[in-house]
Amino acid sequence: MSDGMQAEKQIESHPRENRTPLAHGPDTHATPQPKEDERLKLQVEKLSLWYGQSQALHGVDLDIHANEVTALIGPSGCGKSTFLRCLNRMNDLIKEVRVEGKVMLEGQDLYDPKVDVVQLRTRVGMVFQKPNPFPKSIYDNIAYAPLLHGMVRKGEECDELVESSLKRAGLWKEVADRLHSPGTSLSGGQQQRLCIARAIAVNPDVVLMDEPASALDPVSTATVEELIHDLRKQYTIVIVTHNLQQAARVAGYTAFFYLGRIIEYGDTSTLFTNPREKRTEDYLTGRYG
Amino acid sequence: MENREQAVKRRLTRRHRASRWFRRISGLALLLAVAFLMFFFYDIISTGWSAFRQAEIQVPVSYTEEVMEIPAMAVPEAYEELVSRGWIRLLPRQMRENPDLLGTERREWVVASAPVDQYLKGRYATLDDEQRALVDQLQASDQVRLGFNTGFFTHGDSKIPEISGIWAALVGSILVITVTFLISFPIGVMTAIYLHEFADDNWFTQAIEVNINNLAAVPSIIFGLLGLAIFINFFGLPRSSALVGGLTLALMTLPIIIISTRAALAAVPDSIREAALGVGTSKWRMVRDHVLPLSLPGILTGTIIGIAQAMGETAPLLIVGMIAYIPDAPSSFTEATTVLPAQIFTWAGMPERAYTSRTAAGIIVLLAVLLTLNATAVYLRRRFERRW
Ligand SMILES: Nc1ncnc2c1ncn2[C@@H]1O[C@H](COP(=O)(O)OP(=O)(O)OP(=O)(O)O)[C@@H](O)[C@H]1O
Ligand SMILES: [Mg+2]
Repeated sequence: MSDGMQAEKQIESHPRENRTPLAHGPDTHATPQPKEDERLKLQVEKLSLWYGQSQALHGVDLDIHANEVTALIGPSGCGKSTFLRCLNRMNDLIKEVRVEGKVMLEGQDLYDPKVDVVQLRTRVGMVFQKPNPFPKSIYDNIAYAPLLHGMVRKGEECDELVESSLKRAGLWKEVADRLHSPGTSLSGGQQQRLCIARAIAVNPDVVLMDEPASALDPVSTATVEELIHDLRKQYTIVIVTHNLQQAARVAGYTAFFYLGRIIEYGDTSTLFTNPREKRTEDYLTGRYG
Repeated sequence: MENREQAVKRRLTRRHRASRWFRRISGLALLLAVAFLMFFFYDIISTGWSAFRQAEIQVPVSYTEEVMEIPAMAVPEAYEELVSRGWIRLLPRQMRENPDLLGTERREWVVASAPVDQYLKGRYATLDDEQRALVDQLQASDQVRLGFNTGFFTHGDSKIPEISGIWAALVGSILVITVTFLISFPIGVMTAIYLHEFADDNWFTQAIEVNINNLAAVPSIIFGLLGLAIFINFFGLPRSSALVGGLTLALMTLPIIIISTRAALAAVPDSIREAALGVGTSKWRMVRDHVLPLSLPGILTGTIIGIAQAMGETAPLLIVGMIAYIPDAPSSFTEATTVLPAQIFTWAGMPERAYTSRTAAGIIVLLAVLLTLNATAVYLRRRFERRW
């Protein structure tokens, strides 16, 4: 990545082949991938998680398709956030958490001890439920990680990345003239889009979003939804939402969580119009949750 | 309906009354605290103020050969008791340094003796009637005056009160505090960062934490004994030196810095940590780029409070030998040194009245240094605090 053109190109076209492998080990690169899995970005197998004594996830299996939006729905406390945080090992930060099972990102188990968590999180980015911009300027919020990872150099190259990230997050017009004012001076909805811009600036494979629009007004929500819809072309997106219409609007696939298990999973229109399970139907028709 | 409204109204009146009372009582508490403080300041400043002025006397000085042998010969006999013995003693040295002086005779302003100083300040003075008459006469012809006591800020301690000063102790304090800061700040902050950001939460780290909290409450004299045992007896570092004093105080300050740094780190919301780690930051860079900048004001405040406390500490320093009579300002970290509070302690125990005001003046200097430190804390806090 020695000149600006090349960096720009990588951001636009995502050449996955020159990605560094996640794990530093002798035998990680040898696993050949079966053809039919190619469209699967993440495969979760028998994932269980305990917070101390209490079990929050019970053997969850889920295949997440590449370049699709997958929505996780379900009543409060059913483990959606917990599951989402397993996908980039954010739960590692919480004390007394124990995880069993596998999460495969393109065939590589994330919970393999050889996996470099820092590297993993550049590939699986996250947008949190509560907007959490860094206490820095808008510009620095976005430029921080790409500069740190050496993806761009200071100056023009970096300016371009900041601009393109903000444009893709639909925030550019609002902040173009005040890039150096603090990120926390933005409104809640703008902050959330700033966080989205920050997440996509490092050019991840997967973007995890935990109720990204829960604190937003209808207009900002619509902006974020449009954004998610667009981002799908370049990224694999997993989104937690309480808003069923939102899931129906943005997601190609939907998983219904209930008490730490996946009750039903399928493409969104089938799940919404013709659920197989009684509990899914009850939830969709508002009988609980 | 009417009844209920009245009841609510009655309750409301009662609640307002209660809150008024609470306000009054807390105001009273504040008033009391301020009163104590004012009394303390009044007492110290009124006693100490006079030490900043020093009697000087104009006398004919004859630099003769004899003076080299018997310095007192330099002034007429009547003046002998009126000028400071400290000045007389230094005459031969002065003459050796300036050979030109030999054989000359001139009138000079010199430091007056303590009794003259006391007499001019209107206090009890051990002067006989003849001497009093002479001083009065000199005063009438403007040959005695009370000038600003520069000697107090440029001299070290002395057995002769009128030429004793705070300089050596001030330099000593600065050297000691420098050592304390250089040792305790990096070690304390790093320890806190390790404990709070990196260490697992297991019985071992918990035991360490309990111990650190305990250390903060250990009487300071114990740290003196510890410093004596470790630095002087075991490592053989020079007794009474700024190095040993600073290290001993660092032992004492370390827990304070660790605890305040941990509190400052704990005040940084986890969402910032998650945000940093979420974009693929390593833990160290997360701490360096995001957590530390946010907690810096708290860390600095805690550190300066710890350092200020160390600055006023006497007991542990007495144990490592920093109470000795040290007239010269130290020029290195390994030389024998005294510090401000130890100097104050020494003067407070002296029988001569002239030392009483010097004690208070020493306290004023110590307070001024502490005030500067605390003002720096406030300034740094303002400077680094970014509310965004
Ligand atoms: N840090 C934690 N420590 C202990 N238990 C936790 C922790 N976080 C979540 N839990 C528990 O795990 C279960 C699942 O929580 P989770 O946050 O995943 O729910 P959720 O589906 O995201 O709910 P919501 O829709 O309200 O955000 C809950 O019972 C919760 O109490
Ligand atoms: Mg949640």
